[in-house]
Amino acid sequence: MYPEYMQESLKLVEKTRPERLKKSLSGEKVFTPMTDAERGEVLTKFHPDYKADARQKIRIGPNRGENITSEVADLLESHSRINPDDFDLSRVDYDTDVLVIGGGGGGAGAALLARENGAKVIIATKLRIGDSNSMMSQGGVQASVNPNDSPAIHYLDVLGGGHFDNKPDLVRALVTDAPLVIKWLEELGVMFDKNPDGTMLTMLGGGCSRKRMHSARDYTGAAIMRVLRDEVKNHPEDIQVIEFSPAIELLMDEGGQVAGAILYNLETEEYIMVRAKSTIIATGGFGRLHIKEFATTNHYGATADGLVLGYRAGANLLYMDSVQYHPTGAVYPEQILGFLITEKVRTMGAQPVNKFGELFVFPLEPRDVESSSFIRECTERGKGITTPHTGRVGIWLDSPIIELIHGKGAIQKQLPAMYRQYNRFDIDITKEPMLVFPTLHYQNGGLEINDKCETKLPNLYAAGEISGGVHGRNRLMGNSVLDYNVFGRRAGIAAALNAKEVKLGKLTLNHVKRYERELQEAGIHTDRISPMLLPNYTPPEVRARQLTAHYEGTLR
Amino acid sequence: MEENKSVMKKEEKTQPQKAKMISLYIMGKKYEVPEGSTIMGALEYAGYQLKRGCGCREGFCGACATVYRTTDDYKIKTGLACQTVVVPNMYLAQIPFFPANKALYDLNELEPSISTFQEVYPETFRCVSCNTCTKACPQDLEVMDYIQALIRGDIAQAADLSFDCIMCGLCAARCPAEIVQYNVAVLARRLYGKYLSKKGEYLKSRLKEIKEHKYDKEIEEFMHMDRESIKKKYYARDIEKM
Repeated sequence: MYPEYMQESLKLVEKTRPERLKKSLSGEKVFTPMTDAERGEVLTKFHPDYKADARQKIRIGPNRGENITSEVADLLESHSRINPDDFDLSRVDYDTDVLVIGGGGGGAGAALLARENGAKVIIATKLRIGDSNSMMSQGGVQASVNPNDSPAIHYLDVLGGGHFDNKPDLVRALVTDAPLVIKWLEELGVMFDKNPDGTMLTMLGGGCSRKRMHSARDYTGAAIMRVLRDEVKNHPEDIQVIEFSPAIELLMDEGGQVAGAILYNLETEEYIMVRAKSTIIATGGFGRLHIKEFATTNHYGATADGLVLGYRAGANLLYMDSVQYHPTGAVYPEQILGFLITEKVRTMGAQPVNKFGELFVFPLEPRDVESSSFIRECTERGKGITTPHTGRVGIWLDSPIIELIHGKGAIQKQLPAMYRQYNRFDIDITKEPMLVFPTLHYQNGGLEINDKCETKLPNLYAAGEISGGVHGRNRLMGNSVLDYNVFGRRAGIAAALNAKEVKLGKLTLNHVKRYERELQEAGIHTDRISPMLLPNYTPPEVRARQLTAHYEGTLR
Repeated sequence: MEENKSVMKKEEKTQPQKAKMISLYIMGKKYEVPEGSTIMGALEYAGYQLKRGCGCREGFCGACATVYRTTDDYKIKTGLACQTVVVPNMYLAQIPFFPANKALYDLNELEPSISTFQEVYPETFRCVSCNTCTKACPQDLEVMDYIQALIRGDIAQAADLSFDCIMCGLCAARCPAEIVQYNVAVLARRLYGKYLSKKGEYLKSRLKEIKEHKYDKEIEEFMHMDRESIKKKYYARDIEKM
């Protein structure tokens, strides 16, 4: 139920709806898409990445001197959780072929493929297996399966979406493996939405030129992750899962090879040493850093731990200056502030309109362009709607039009999560629009890899959101689910094959000591500690009364 | 969910600048929290740093199953902490983990039929149709109906009815027949997706083309184009109608 004062604006949305519907049904574009120059202008003027304090020079490590997202720079310019001298490196708790750090979709896929290629695997994960952004993705996964489409057309869309900064070898891997991934998932038993003839139901995503968005209602990520988790659990003899035990540093050997990781048992507060011939970082993204104080769509554990692990050991970062804000995050009701409203709502025809009910942008621009134009509408143009308690501003996402296009019942059938979410707060999205504003969604950049998921460090791989390059500086809808499947699988294969060859030497934590020295030499005096592991939402007044509590960074 | 709605209505009328505080009991201990908070928000406001019982915070992962009672009702209520708004004097506890058996199987060797469930999850057939699972489901799924569908051998219906399951485990925690509904359901969906759903032709032919390297040359060309040429190609591409 929206407050009384919004009713006037809601009436205007209803008033303009028939005309907008007519245009939508005619098949012509409901709004003219932007040119290259127009995209450039709205991005530089309104995208949060272009604000004066959005980036800062990182002073240490392999990317020293480069401008990266300020919150990430702070996270990297932090002390380790441990003192390397406290560790007896001859005491190894687990020995394995492949250590996968992270229990989301990328990690699960990597573990399954590593196992298929003959490796014994350990998955170490901070919370439960499956607790990840993978589980939360709603809208879909891209793959060029239809006859009017091809991996080459997909390639072009990915590149344009990423503003032509994408790493070509990674994009090739992404688009070429995509149909294979759909097949793999279907054989594992993922239920994709289908047409009556058994062909995949596909829709048009933002920035895409073909209908190639495969979905599982609006629980696509959950549908995939539930299956991958179930399959991982079917192989306890080959894949051991260690939950509530995030990695806090990598282990290396004296020859400069990565050799596993140190885990921290969140519950017993023990440190555990895992020696591994290959190590895969699949820790996901950074939404819980709340960059520029944005609310986020991300999982509780999305604190970019893998960036810290990899960077301290000497791996490169790529495009760590770029943040994805999803255009449609909820701003009302306030209990669901920042929650993801899947892009599928727009792929099904919903239109963003301002407080006068006017459509002001092509609904399916690439995400950064779409977000920036929402911000422009709410700031410079002053045509947003203000929320009652927190005074946030948003624009309407006209969802009722979906049922006028696709028929009654389409929302409950294809967007059950969205319907359920709003219904919990007494808003029926088949009758009333949703109030939205961009929300912190995705880590575009990350650890640099090649198309075998190798970082520049021997035995170290990365896959999924923690890696950077495939999406350039802006990811398209449906390419993250694809990303973690394609590169999770590739990492698993490469890591398993590598494990057959590797001979590890004596273990060291010298890289942690070296990093600490670099901090000192750069004159960085700070009490920051990373990886962060979990955000802290304890109110300041409670913290002030916790007189004998001991905090290590954000963690008590 | 009814609770949510009444709170929302109250809020509209008053529109407080600073939220009103209400009392509730976390594991029997009284705390004051802002009206309108979710249970998860209330736990954190009270000073808990969550490790267990907190996941995606958006209702997709099932980590934050919560059991509670309210003063006006004798019934046990269930919900997700991240999705349920607090009401005055609610008595709550999270269920961070509930032991549940998961069968081990090779999907390639299973048949999509009732006999598979008789073999893999025989306890499914102990269902007494009490409907407690359905009442416990925070997603409002017809849990008992999908179990009954499986007992009839209707895997397709079970897969459909259980599709939005987030595997929070509240059904299994309440089931007097000791069925682990959500694990049974994931097997039903996997069998349906793999064996029973109709398969299209396009995917097969695309995989064949990829195997024959049909698109390699074109992609290779794109990879080596200079920025201006690839840009031109991109903006000139035709966009399929919605």
